[in-house]
Amino acid sequence: MRHAFALLAMVWLCLAPALGQEAQLSDPKLEQRARDLSKEIRCVVCQSQSVADSDADIAREVRGIIREQIAAGKSDQDIRDYLVARYGDFVLFDPPFKAATYVLWLGPLAVLAIGGIGVVVYFRRRAQEPLARAAELSAEEQSRVERLLHDGTDGGA
Amino acid sequence: MRRLLFLLPILIVAALVAVFWRGLDPNRDPHALPSALIGKPAPSFDLPGLIEGAPRLQLASFKGKLIAVNFFASWCLPCRAEHPFLKQLSVDLGVPFIGIAWKDEPEAARGFLADLGDPYAATGADESGRTGIDFGITGVPETFLIDGDGIVRFRLAAPITSDALKDELAAAIAKVKP
Repeated sequence: MRHAFALLAMVWLCLAPALGQEAQLSDPKLEQRARDLSKEIRCVVCQSQSVADSDADIAREVRGIIREQIAAGKSDQDIRDYLVARYGDFVLFDPPFKAATYVLWLGPLAVLAIGGIGVVVYFRRRAQEPLARAAELSAEEQSRVERLLHDGTDGGA
Repeated sequence: MRRLLFLLPILIVAALVAVFWRGLDPNRDPHALPSALIGKPAPSFDLPGLIEGAPRLQLASFKGKLIAVNFFASWCLPCRAEHPFLKQLSVDLGVPFIGIAWKDEPEAARGFLADLGDPYAATGADESGRTGIDFGITGVPETFLIDGDGIVRFRLAAPITSDALKDELAAAIAKVKP
């Protein structure tokens, strides 16, 4: 039992830094807002992590800023704007739809559309082709086809 | 039309080759982030001077002058690598370097300058780190070129230890200088 407790304590000590021993907001509701917001802000150093997940200096700093501004009564959008003004749209994991991000948002749709057009063109052509080929048979070929179909013997060749 | 369609795969391959070629460029950093401040007014700052007895470091006092603002810290190893180059860089480029000690104890930053020399025309202490955040820095060292109108013209998010980076900075300065 005692060992189990010590083990648990050790695991807790390992986890504690990741969970953040930094100053938290006293109001749990505001603290939750700070945590939710920091999940959608990208850490500019580690890039594929949010500032909530990252232990980088700058991420800690940004978490501090988020808490500070929430405590000061700023809205989530105010805080997003504050960070975007300094770091650009890149800090948002959910970037806004605007001229600079059209390629980002519409690119996959454009690729899908091009692929779709290709598929449609392909099947249309395939639907037309057998007729076109049949029309191209010479008279000799045509009579051979008929012979084959009728009595299964191939007189020619 | 048919004939043009025949060229399409060749064009696609050419486009892919161009993209991959760019990806293979050893000088390209896929993690590089363009600064959101380029072409915009530099964030105003008013920091305590780093050297004892020095006046406060204020952006407004550099009006009309092209300056290079260099964020550094005594705890930052790349800054140590960059530091010996800064003095010569300032002379060669003809631009005063302004040093801001980012998230550093002033005592430690002073020691850093005492040990390695002080290449800066002026220095300030950004202990809270907020001036750095206002500039959108992702770490130290970072260097910003601010023109006489207070507009950010260029940023280097790397220690300036190679000729390639020095040339980049020189090219940016040449573009700004009349």
